[in-house]
Amino acid sequence: MIEIQNLTKRFGAVTAVRELNLSAGRGEVLGVLGPNGAGKSTTMKMLTGYLAPDSGTARICDHDIQTDALAAQRMFGYLPEGAPAYGDMTPREFLAFIASVRGLAKTDAAAKAASACELGAVLDRPIETLSKGFRRRVGLAQAILHNPPVLILDEPTDGLDPNQKHAVRELIRTMAAEKTIIISTHILEEVEAVCSRAVIMDHGVIVADATPAELASRAPSGRLDDVFRAMTTGDRAA
Amino acid sequence: MSSLALLRAVFSREFRAYFATPLAFVFIVIFLFAMGAFTFYVGNFYDNEQADLTVFFGYHPWLYLFLLPALAMRLWAEETRSGTMELLMTLPLPQWVSVAGKFFAAWAFAGLALALTFPIWVTVNYLGDPDNGVILASYAGSFLMAGAYLAIGAAVSSATSNPVIAFIVAVVICFLFTITGAPLVLNLFQAWAPLAVVQAVSSFSVLSHFAAITRGVIDLRDVFYFLSLIGLFLGANMLILDLRKGG
Repeated sequence: MIEIQNLTKRFGAVTAVRELNLSAGRGEVLGVLGPNGAGKSTTMKMLTGYLAPDSGTARICDHDIQTDALAAQRMFGYLPEGAPAYGDMTPREFLAFIASVRGLAKTDAAAKAASACELGAVLDRPIETLSKGFRRRVGLAQAILHNPPVLILDEPTDGLDPNQKHAVRELIRTMAAEKTIIISTHILEEVEAVCSRAVIMDHGVIVADATPAELASRAPSGRLDDVFRAMTTGDRAA
Repeated sequence: MSSLALLRAVFSREFRAYFATPLAFVFIVIFLFAMGAFTFYVGNFYDNEQADLTVFFGYHPWLYLFLLPALAMRLWAEETRSGTMELLMTLPLPQWVSVAGKFFAAWAFAGLALALTFPIWVTVNYLGDPDNGVILASYAGSFLMAGAYLAIGAAVSSATSNPVIAFIVAVVICFLFTITGAPLVLNLFQAWAPLAVVQAVSSFSVLSHFAAITRGVIDLRDVFYFLSLIGLFLGANMLILDLRKGG
């Protein structure tokens, strides 16, 4: 479903992502972990066609994101970092706009996505007046609206309260079986809660790729936190 | 999904965005007020005792110079600043659709503001017997000119995340395209340059092409000039978006 091959991106002298290879199949919930600046968001931006890589490419459902961008972009829903949305629109208008761009204007896709993300109470309030939690859910609704085979979520629960986090994770879990989901996060408990596989990125390369439980077992304490810290601070002794 | 349906989706989102804030209201009020003030007070419309709109249209290039970059500055800069650029660019939209949709929305809004100046047309018809063909041609020319200024503004807006910078740079570029035909500039060249050079400089000018149209003759060359300015800057807009994709 998702194949990333030798993906590289430099910003001036800094190599944000270096020769990255990664693939994920149907039914997988892949957590991409890493400290800030590890290259997670840059990877997602290249995967979705927002940034052009310096070399390498990515394929989504067999469509190359560089040579066949529109076909690839139809296959995924994307929640960019910070869940951007047009603040002057209401969630109802915003989702209707996304639906029309996705060619679903005359279906009830927008209403379904809104109810899956529990937006009922705020459907007609301008997005800029909504709380962070609701805005994130608007972004999520926008991403799942066309029921895509691939979901790419950049920090989907950042800034949510524990109840909202739980709700979003439940939503991800219910969709997991028939989709390929990539979640970027630096919240480790998230990986243990929803991911079937986790990769840890640091300085633009993958330093670990295993199930969350396997990763956790690499530390004497059995805690993912300790593995993460050991791998991303240069101390590989753990 | 046809490109036309996508274009309509982008267009209507952008067009409605003008009305989502007081921007539309403020812009239209200031636009109409400035048009009236320049025509009646600065241009001494009544003292001329002429039942035509030459004075009125004469100020359009100068008013557009400041008002239209204000309309165009948010088109892309706002998307970059709020982060929605990433959303827009990763939706399955051909790039030209986003560029054209935004441009047409701004152009339609400017057209709406221009159409709302109709009372002045009613006034001259009440006071005298103007040549309505010339007035119609002038309105068409003014609308084309607005398109050219907006295309410049849209291209500049795509290069920055700061609407204020987008505004100032667009005003400067529009100003250059406007004044190359003004006597002030042409006189500088006339003193020494051969006639061909003077004409070449003048032919880049928004002023001289617009003046030609307001004389009542819609020459295809003038129409072509404005359409090619629009095409040129929308092309630049797409190029800038492509370059930004490279990071």
